Amino acid sequence: MSTRNAVLVAALLALASSTAVAAEGPNLGQPITEKEVGAWDINAMPDGTGLPPGSGTSAQGAPIYAQKCAACHGEGGKGASAGALVGNPPITGIESPKTIANFWGYSTTVFDFIRRAMPWISPRTLTNDEVYAITAYILAENKLIGPNDVMNAQTLPKVKMPNADNFIIRFPDRI
Amino acid sequence: MRDSQRHRSGDLDSLPPAAGNGLLDRRALLGRGVLFAGAAATGVGSSLTGAAAEPLKDDPWSQTAGSISPAYERPSKYEQQRVNRILSNPNGEPRTSHARTPHHLLNGTITPNGLHFTIVHSGTPDIDPDKHRLVIHGLVRQPKLFTLETLSRYPMASITTFVECGGNSAPMFSNEAVQGTVQQIHGLCSCAEWTGVRLSTLLDECGVDPKAKWFVAEGADSLALSRSVPLTKAWDDALVALYQNGERIMPGNGYPMRLLLPAWQGNMNVKFLRRIQVSEGPAMSYYETRTYSQLLPNKKAYRFHFLNEVKSFITSPSHGMTLKGPGFYEITGIAYAATGRIAKVMVSADGGKSWAQAALQAPVIPKSFTRFRAPWNWNGSPAILQSRAWDEGGNVQPLRADFVAARGETQKPVTNPLGFPNQHYNSITSWGVDPSGQVKHVYA
Repeated sequence: MSTRNAVLVAALLALASSTAVAAEGPNLGQPITEKEVGAWDINAMPDGTGLPPGSGTSAQGAPIYAQKCAACHGEGGKGASAGALVGNPPITGIESPKTIANFWGYSTTVFDFIRRAMPWISPRTLTNDEVYAITAYILAENKLIGPNDVMNAQTLPKVKMPNADNFIIRFPDRI
Repeated sequence: MRDSQRHRSGDLDSLPPAAGNGLLDRRALLGRGVLFAGAAATGVGSSLTGAAAEPLKDDPWSQTAGSISPAYERPSKYEQQRVNRILSNPNGEPRTSHARTPHHLLNGTITPNGLHFTIVHSGTPDIDPDKHRLVIHGLVRQPKLFTLETLSRYPMASITTFVECGGNSAPMFSNEAVQGTVQQIHGLCSCAEWTGVRLSTLLDECGVDPKAKWFVAEGADSLALSRSVPLTKAWDDALVALYQNGERIMPGNGYPMRLLLPAWQGNMNVKFLRRIQVSEGPAMSYYETRTYSQLLPNKKAYRFHFLNEVKSFITSPSHGMTLKGPGFYEITGIAYAATGRIAKVMVSADGGKSWAQAALQAPVIPKSFTRFRAPWNWNGSPAILQSRAWDEGGNVQPLRADFVAARGETQKPVTNPLGFPNQHYNSITSWGVDPSGQVKHVYA
């Protein structure tokens, strides 16, 4: 290595180390473990990552749905003050209603949104088994799974959603 | 001043036309004062009002000491009844609530905090700032927890930028022009100076795994609203914002902290921010895969419509106003683009047959509201006012026919001016003026 190159390398190393120091910032965040994040860690990803232990069937979900969901979403998921959860109307135009069966791309989104946001008046009070059971009930009523299929962290991500392939990433260059 | 810009006659008709139907050169009246000085001297000014001035005298408020200064100033009582947001859910029913900015009653580029649009999907949470926490975890070397107090000690950055709901202007997907004001149609966008901690600083401190490409942001609202964001935006210009126009963020805008993704789809700017999970892929959350994935005419749908593309609309004159006779009016509005600075705004008074360049108010800030102004001498005949914006990257606001061809329109007319038949409308708005001076939303 020439003297000139050696100086250049030294300068680059110095620059790199000073950048690293600057990037560290004030470091005022309190270290925390994933276990301590615990109850807040509720993202269910499309590949099943983040789905908790537990399971449920449509038969188990039906009475829970009737008790905790039907007041807003209607009997059998047909819709009331809140939107319909069951039904597969054809998409005929840009303003067509988007339903789980005719539009949603991922079954895990059903579980994720029930777990994080429902019931409206008492979110995040359902057990994981209850969320799996209600998810199974909604998917079965939509004929997206069989009436006796068990939903759990392994089976749920494998449920094929009919509209899954009809999405276009609008700005792929920004990802 | 160049002689060519002097107009001594005082007669609006003598000013150089810049386009059809009375549009004047954008430089004709800007900061010169010449026209109106001349107009007063020749009597044109008084002819605009049609009334002779009475001798001036002191009014009662000038004859006595005024009121005590309040600790927190509110607008004049004359404004408080008049200048407000439109509420879509004033009784707090269990559904989304929208509060829309009254663009037609504002001027300049900054939206006052009390009039900044808000959307909350399950009400505004009452968050104790001392107990609020933000956790960053997932694909990081060391997960960390931040309080408002610790974040307040970090180096801060300010960004003046607009926030726009993906559903703003959506009633314009209607196949017939919905009868709505600029507030009803375009009120789900606003512009503020946001101050906070760069998200990249916090992510660097946690040490992001090279495998990570996304993060999932989540709020402390009852829905725990969540959105997936590419990490590229975090490294670019994302903030954990603590301040809005200099004061702590308003409750409806995410107090005590929100994610700010300058110029990206409003819903992604997660409010009441409490958790960021760094991840390899997106979560495909409810709002990104359902609500804000918009249908296209071919029945496919756009997903991850991050950018609010180049757009402009005239705020005055606009739907619901009545012009008080022929004569001078300033056509003014706002333009903005997620793709950078506004480079040019053209204005038409004849429904797009001819166009004049509008003046852009300095400073023109990227990803921010840009105020445009164009002088107009209305001759009392029917007029259709339009604006069209270009950004510095050459992106142009699409003409309505082109937009509808690509993005579609409804099969039945939209009758609710607060409705959401689709998302991300950025085509041209037309305000029709009839000979009586009434201004209405039209398609042209």
